[in-house]
Amino acid sequence: MGFKKDVHFSKNLPRLIFGATAALTVFSLISIFLFLLMSGVGAFKEIGIKEFFLGTDWNPTSFHAPSWGILSLIVGTLIISALALFIALPFGLSIAIYLSEIASPKMREMLKPLIEMIASIPSVVLGLLGLLFLAPLIAKIFHLSNGLNALTASILVAIAALPTIASICEDALSSVSSRFREASLALGATKWITIKKVVVPAAGSGLVAAIMLGLGRIIGETMIVLMVAGNSRAFPHSFLDPVRPMTANIAIEIKEVVVGSLHWQGLFAIGLTLFLITFVINLLADILVHKRRSYEN
Amino acid sequence: MKKIILFSTILLVGVFVFIFLTLNQSTTPKKESLVIKGSDTEVQLVSNLVEAFLEKNPKADISVTGGGSGVGIAALLNGEIDLANSSRKMEDKELEQAKNKGLEIQEFILARDGLSIIVHPENPIQQLLIDQIAKIYKGEITNWKEVGGKDEKIILYGRQSTSGTYVFFRNFVVQEDYSPEMLNMEGNQAIVDAVKADKNGIGYVGVGYVKDENNQPRGDIKIIPVAQDEKSEAVSPLNSDAVKQGKYPIARPIFQYLPHLPQKNSLLERFLRFEMSEPGQEIIKKAGFFSINEEDEQKNQQFLKNIK
Repeated sequence: MGFKKDVHFSKNLPRLIFGATAALTVFSLISIFLFLLMSGVGAFKEIGIKEFFLGTDWNPTSFHAPSWGILSLIVGTLIISALALFIALPFGLSIAIYLSEIASPKMREMLKPLIEMIASIPSVVLGLLGLLFLAPLIAKIFHLSNGLNALTASILVAIAALPTIASICEDALSSVSSRFREASLALGATKWITIKKVVVPAAGSGLVAAIMLGLGRIIGETMIVLMVAGNSRAFPHSFLDPVRPMTANIAIEIKEVVVGSLHWQGLFAIGLTLFLITFVINLLADILVHKRRSYEN
Repeated sequence: MKKIILFSTILLVGVFVFIFLTLNQSTTPKKESLVIKGSDTEVQLVSNLVEAFLEKNPKADISVTGGGSGVGIAALLNGEIDLANSSRKMEDKELEQAKNKGLEIQEFILARDGLSIIVHPENPIQQLLIDQIAKIYKGEITNWKEVGGKDEKIILYGRQSTSGTYVFFRNFVVQEDYSPEMLNMEGNQAIVDAVKADKNGIGYVGVGYVKDENNQPRGDIKIIPVAQDEKSEAVSPLNSDAVKQGKYPIARPIFQYLPHLPQKNSLLERFLRFEMSEPGQEIIKKAGFFSINEEDEQKNQQFLKNIK
């Protein structure tokens, strides 16, 4: 009897542990969301949803009446994200194609860890290098008197996101069955045509996932943008304007607010907005990936 | 399945109870300790003072961090620290909040600072009026030629809203919101570095940041003498007599705030007395700041007398 029970237990124990771990993840996600919601919802009530999202001036510690519009912060985040993705994507994809399709196995084994090592550069170090070298360079190229703007931040954030995008793209491309390639080559297609028309489309859902993970990294990046984006409050009109992204704004101001004040709630409302933006992006990616999979099947 | 759910729930509750208990454990300090936080302008100076103080009190444990005056005051109000460095006076609103939280805030004047206006060394400007500086930071004057310089756009550098220098400069010089075009930098040093590299830039920093280790003005930025109005003479913040006598138009006291009156002979009281002592004042001068004037000293003595 006791022996039987032991077997039953040892069979179920791993299941319980893994189940609990998974439950913990879901639990943290839900509690973070609820915490943001509860802390931030007061701000929506007090400020008004329309003023909060459509106002272009965020100045809670104004000399006169405080203003609470986050549109210029949202636009700042969007400019940096779009530009960084625009820079990181072609590089990431080219690196992945080279590693997966063109490089010799030996070369690949050497290069892939090297590229992944970019991810181990702390973002504060990237920011520092940006301040010292990239910002003056950008200033020189575009004849500006300083290089603290959205473009400089985007380039650095793109570098930070590059290993994520390149590495996961490479995994997606490598996992395409070699039969696909052989069949294409047997039909007389060149290597380039095979990559373009067969391998990349076949890896489609994996590539989308890579881009979305990269985008998540880009939107959430705080230290780099804090250091090099300029952080001015003015509404940005071009990618050479200084911007103040949502992450940087929270990081700058959360230190000075009194817990529970309207300013504190406002920052949590920005956090909630940021959370929802990344949540929607992940959701879209998931839907895209699933759609593709069911279509492929 | 039901079992799994039950078990995971128990496990989760267990984890949270554990976290809760560890967080709530009161850690009784064996050593006397002080946590000081706040103004970036003061952080280096106070660190130097603490270092010298610890040489004679090796058993004490004192930590000093920056972040900005706003950060220090918020931490003081949230009950996290023993002493807040602030380069601005606490606002009525903040004193009100402190009262509601049951704090009896005490003010201590640490030193005097001449807030310095800096530009790139190639900038031909020789002096500025307070009114011109205000208009530049309001965004009403946007080209250097309007104040006698080259035909170039003025690039404004300022601090983050967490900074006491940001608030002091806005309330006493600009007297209006800053232009939204102003670039918000992380600290005094960041402004110095930016202006050093930007030939159209202008910035404001504590006087401790425009001098090198030997207390000499640094060569890679230009310090602009400031005049109150057209009739008065422009004064440099490096002129210590002028700053102490209040002739330099943007001189200010810099403060430290306590949540309560300290206990007699406590570490905090001994540290404040050290700051006012002869060796303390020497360190203040060495860091590039100016020692307090008689009026400040009287206020400090009054405060120290209240400690029983």
